[in-house]
Amino acid sequence: MSAENKQKDDEQVVNMANLRGGIEYASQWTLMWRRFRKHKLAVVSMVVVILFYAVAVFSEFLAPMDPEAAASRKTQHPPQLFELHFFDEGKFAPYVPGYTKKLDMETSKISFTPDGSKVYLGLFVRGFEYKMFGFDALQSDLHLFGPKDKEGQVFLFGSDTMGRDVLSRVIYGARFTLSLGLIGVILSVVLGIILGGLAGYYGGWTDWVVMRVVEFILSLPSIPIWLAMAAALPKDWPPHYQYMAVTVIISLIGWTHLARVIRGRFLSMRSDVFVIAAKLDGCSEPRIIFRHMLPSLASHIIAQVTLSIPSMVLSETSLSFLGLGLQPPAISWGVLLKGAQKISVIAQAPWLFLPGLMVVIAVLALNFFGDGLRDAADPYSNH
Amino acid sequence: MLNYIFKRLLSAIPFVIMVSMTVFVLIQLPPGDYVDSWAAQQAQSGETPDPATLADMRHQFGLDRPMIVQYGSWIAGMVQGDFGRSFAKNAQVTELVGERIGLTLILSVASLMLTWMLALPIGIYSAVCRYSLGDYIFTLLGFVGLAIPHFLLALVMMYVGVKYFGHDVTGLMSAQYEGQPWTWAKWMDLCSHLWIPMIILGLGSTASLIRILRANLIDQLYMPYVVTARAKGLSEVKLLCKYPVRIALNPFVSTIGWILPNLISGAVIVSIVLNLNTVGPVLYEALMSQDIYLSGTILLVVCALTVVGTLLSDILLVILDPRIRFEQ
Repeated sequence: MSAENKQKDDEQVVNMANLRGGIEYASQWTLMWRRFRKHKLAVVSMVVVILFYAVAVFSEFLAPMDPEAAASRKTQHPPQLFELHFFDEGKFAPYVPGYTKKLDMETSKISFTPDGSKVYLGLFVRGFEYKMFGFDALQSDLHLFGPKDKEGQVFLFGSDTMGRDVLSRVIYGARFTLSLGLIGVILSVVLGIILGGLAGYYGGWTDWVVMRVVEFILSLPSIPIWLAMAAALPKDWPPHYQYMAVTVIISLIGWTHLARVIRGRFLSMRSDVFVIAAKLDGCSEPRIIFRHMLPSLASHIIAQVTLSIPSMVLSETSLSFLGLGLQPPAISWGVLLKGAQKISVIAQAPWLFLPGLMVVIAVLALNFFGDGLRDAADPYSNH
Repeated sequence: MLNYIFKRLLSAIPFVIMVSMTVFVLIQLPPGDYVDSWAAQQAQSGETPDPATLADMRHQFGLDRPMIVQYGSWIAGMVQGDFGRSFAKNAQVTELVGERIGLTLILSVASLMLTWMLALPIGIYSAVCRYSLGDYIFTLLGFVGLAIPHFLLALVMMYVGVKYFGHDVTGLMSAQYEGQPWTWAKWMDLCSHLWIPMIILGLGSTASLIRILRANLIDQLYMPYVVTARAKGLSEVKLLCKYPVRIALNPFVSTIGWILPNLISGAVIVSIVLNLNTVGPVLYEALMSQDIYLSGTILLVVCALTVVGTLLSDILLVILDPRIRFEQ
């Protein structure tokens, strides 16, 4: 093909592209998003995950009741979620029927009977006071929904043995549990990238040492080891200290999976043409790693991170459940489940399992979401 | 072959040494020692022991020696079969946990067997009838199984047992067999209690094993050799079981390495919830009261069990797959 012809061809391509409105261009992320969208389950899961994290962020605003307020007359109140009425006498006025607690003197069984009263609910109502994210400047008493009367009590998810609203506690617990999962994963990723990256990039004895350490940690049964570490935490630490300590303990084991994956990727990428080219261009090692290798791993790392959050969440709930993770007054899903430990309690108030249901939903959604991301991040997957 | 096994056994030794050191550091991590936590307990009940008594106790228990000496004497004793004494229970550790370790092992191995027994047929079915209704149901069940923490499942089982069957699912044996010699009736009683914790423990690993087996088998099912065999008129069952399944079975053995730590790990927490007399509840108590030799021994044995498991799986793998033998 002569040079003149080639120029003509090129012009034609450009002209045609102009006719269609510019040259079609899709970045790696756009392509990934297109592939991801095809997974219906993954998309739904993504929405659930976003919702859960939104709840974790805005828990003060979303909680209808004060999670610490104990209604001594309303202990083990059954859930009112399915008794939520939206219309009262033809008009839109959501309410739940009010209940009065009765104690059967003979069987000492607690029962709740409707007393004919109605607790009206409203949107954007004034309720208990809070400081958003603990900032003084963000003090408010506005809530997305709740009883219209400030003194009114509504227990959509029931109440616990001390008469605290389970729904509000689940909402507050989401913050601790889900953020702990996220921070734990970030810690693990940093450790995993540094150690896995080193092992994969340098190979040789560095690789040998790191991989032996990873194998060593992976072969230990994690819960007994966590128990031993968590038992070392002083019980009188303030909640945010405990929180950090538990996060560190969990990620000390969690990084190994990520390190393995990242190492494998680095190892195979080390001999890729673009890395060799960067080396020949005289790039420094940090530049090769951070500018050239890590970005092409980013999508994989994100997928792996999403898949690692569930195990963090499960670890936190297990530890707190045993009383070795977070301690009350901190509220996490694990701490809440600790309240459902005794068979005598759950036999009477099975709704105390609800935090557990949240754990299962969150873990499922994160797993499906992560699976979808992983498939979408792989440019060679065709399904 | 023997050479390989020997090498593998040899490499386990530094591993066990590292485990023992890690465990010893771990149990020494809590601030203070057993005597401190004992003193705190006494103080709660109104008696404040005088410092001389405490120093005496420390000396008697050997807690005043440097850490490295304590470690050395612990290990030296262990080699002779003496795992130290429990301070709180005032008894030899071996007496306290001997039977419990056996029960932990029985529970873990039984769960592993259950995992295999369930995962094999379901995995094959899911791969062969890919995207069928059954496949979807099992996949969904598998995901749910992975998402439920062991302790939650144990709680739910407890609830269902009490609420709908009026049956208490806690414990590993009926009260009358507790501490009795092992008779046939006691074994039978154990078996009748064992299945619930077995299911609780096995569910998660069954789910992941099904997924692995399904993925591996699907990879094999469309290989040219399978097509050839089918074209030659081999019956479907024979075709399936003779080649693809055998290859896809590899992960069954190689995953013992991580399923066993998982099972033992889960056994600890499930035992605490269901109050099973395995090592779980004792470990928990010992960690709480800083009864270091008791908790240390349990941790060490539990970790060593997983090392042995990995070792067995490596050796089995070599027998199963000749290719690995030659690579080594």
